[in-house]
Amino acid sequence: MNLYFIIGLPFIAALVAAVLPSERFRPLVIPVTALFHIALVFKGVFSPELYTADTMLGLDALGRLVLLVISLLFAASSLYAVGYFRTHPTWGNRTFIACLLIFLGAMSLSTAARNLGLLWVAVEATTVVSAPLIYYNRNRFSIEATWKYLLLCSVGIALAMLGLLFVAYAGLKGGEEHTLQIDQMLTTAGFLSKPWLRTGFVFLLVGFGTKMGLAPLHTWKPDAYGEAPGLVGGLLAGGLTSVAFLAILRAMQIMTAAGEQALAHHFLLALGLLSLVFAALFVIRQRDIKRMLAYSSVEHMGILAIGLTMGKLAAYGAMFHVMNNALTKGALFMCAGNIHRYFGSKRMCETQGAINVLPWSASLLLIGFLAITGSPPFGPFMSEFIILRGIFAAGNFSLGFGFILLLTIIFIGMSSTVITVVLGPSMEGQQPSDAVSETFMTVLGPLLLIIAVLVLGLYLPEPLRSLFQEAADLVVAAQ
Amino acid sequence: MANITNEILLAVILLNFFILGTSRLATCIKTVASQGILLALLPPLVHGVNGHSLLLLTGALIIKGGIIPWLLFRAIRQVRIRREIEPRIGYIATLVLGALITAGAFLFADHLPLLPHHLHSLFIPATLSTLGTGFLLLITRRKAITQVLGYLIFENGIFIFSILLAEAMPILVEAGVLLDMLVAIFVMGIVMNHINREYSSINTEHLSLLKE
Repeated sequence: MNLYFIIGLPFIAALVAAVLPSERFRPLVIPVTALFHIALVFKGVFSPELYTADTMLGLDALGRLVLLVISLLFAASSLYAVGYFRTHPTWGNRTFIACLLIFLGAMSLSTAARNLGLLWVAVEATTVVSAPLIYYNRNRFSIEATWKYLLLCSVGIALAMLGLLFVAYAGLKGGEEHTLQIDQMLTTAGFLSKPWLRTGFVFLLVGFGTKMGLAPLHTWKPDAYGEAPGLVGGLLAGGLTSVAFLAILRAMQIMTAAGEQALAHHFLLALGLLSLVFAALFVIRQRDIKRMLAYSSVEHMGILAIGLTMGKLAAYGAMFHVMNNALTKGALFMCAGNIHRYFGSKRMCETQGAINVLPWSASLLLIGFLAITGSPPFGPFMSEFIILRGIFAAGNFSLGFGFILLLTIIFIGMSSTVITVVLGPSMEGQQPSDAVSETFMTVLGPLLLIIAVLVLGLYLPEPLRSLFQEAADLVVAAQ
Repeated sequence: MANITNEILLAVILLNFFILGTSRLATCIKTVASQGILLALLPPLVHGVNGHSLLLLTGALIIKGGIIPWLLFRAIRQVRIRREIEPRIGYIATLVLGALITAGAFLFADHLPLLPHHLHSLFIPATLSTLGTGFLLLITRRKAITQVLGYLIFENGIFIFSILLAEAMPILVEAGVLLDMLVAIFVMGIVMNHINREYSSINTEHLSLLKE
């Protein structure tokens, strides 16, 4: 029953938000929903009773991990949202808030889907409801970003549907009952017709890879993350990418069960490395902070993809990294959003010296930057280090050194932009007239996330560790 | 039954050519709608009359043949356009490309590892040809609305293939797929309207402000 509540709650809340007449009180629906959602998730995630085989809905370790990540990120974002809407109480927010809550519902549904078709429906629903979120600022730039996002992701996700059908046909051709029920597919995976399965996997990877933003399928990402409000950018970069990654993990599970993991690893490794290279190329001299964060997101998707292919230890690191990346990205986008709102710009040259006027947001941006680029003692350092250990343990020395080199380039590239924005000489007497200062609520969200990332780096609680381990074991075959 | 099925699929392929060759948007929308209606008839023809196939028939008829065309007609009324002007590649050239894709689809389909009773049926060539047509429209046309039509044709292609696998998809999932598509078109319609408001046209080459 608990699971139905977790999924149903955001949809009901969206309905409440849609009928509520007051623009001023409507934003409060978000934190209330988030609070109940996270309470239910905490109650459910660490007890395995939510999983029953052969049903449409159930949470295995992978689903529990991603659900937990989404719920944590959304809770922090909901605090920010309250502060965000308080500055302009008269702006229309009905569509935005309803879509935001449905977005949470669709993401929760996708983590619990035990049928690949249902998973697809949930992921496609996230695309559709996040389009109005990206368009919230209603200008030429955001309309362009929204159109590109909507069209590219819809076509991408259509390719994923084709992939699903190919995998189902593999079952038909293999003489087994054809189904998209994950548990059944895993038990009969050995009988699947190989050519259809392989083609299906490639389509699934391209489709959900578009959604996840793996290079070279990432072209919508800088535009969408750049133009969306900081709140939405964080939820997309932290939440939605994790969901898309989960979909790819499901495809991996089937490939592993069918004994085809070698092929899957080749493709994932290629896309992962390409993502790191693209991120390194475009992050250098990137003058727009939100676009810079988008390329950093491409980088981390690449790290996740590589982590999957390098054996058990690295897969464990990748699961850990899902959480670290989501929480850090959420904090970074919210800080960038605060800076954007104060200066009315997100260009590096117009936002210099942010620390003088926005002490909290600017320092959190700086700390978040250190965390996301893998500096100790934060969580991402730990998970990236584990992935790196996995790569070296698997004997891929050249890959390992290339990985370190690319990460270093990205660190240097990002640092020049971030340090100029935070600590650069501030421009004299040019305080914008419509500057929106940071408030307690718009700082609290990112602050909590940064604290969480710091704690994850210093001390990993045992229930979490075993959750990551269980999740990794589901994807990587016993060796 | 196989005869009617094959004739419907043949009609679907011919409609693909028709869409590639026409510039009037209203005709394009009508063509995509009729393609959707033809496809909706297939599930009961292939799987016999049962609850599942009848629900699929009704759902596809209402959404592909009814609501989506209505939404698209509303969109072109709002933005006051009638024709696709200056596609990136001319109409004749797109038609030739479409013909090549279809011929390729027929040749390629025979080499796929299909089940014996799917070999030499029109299902696979029709799927591939429709997918190709959808892609061609997405790539070669400039107007946002024609790109949406391309996406719809692409979805039609997927629908043809999914008929072979009706048992894999529970009715709940099928309903979700159709609903998602409906909402996606609805949102695309709104976005198109806003593009028109910003630029007084829905040519997508205006959308080039965002770059490095």
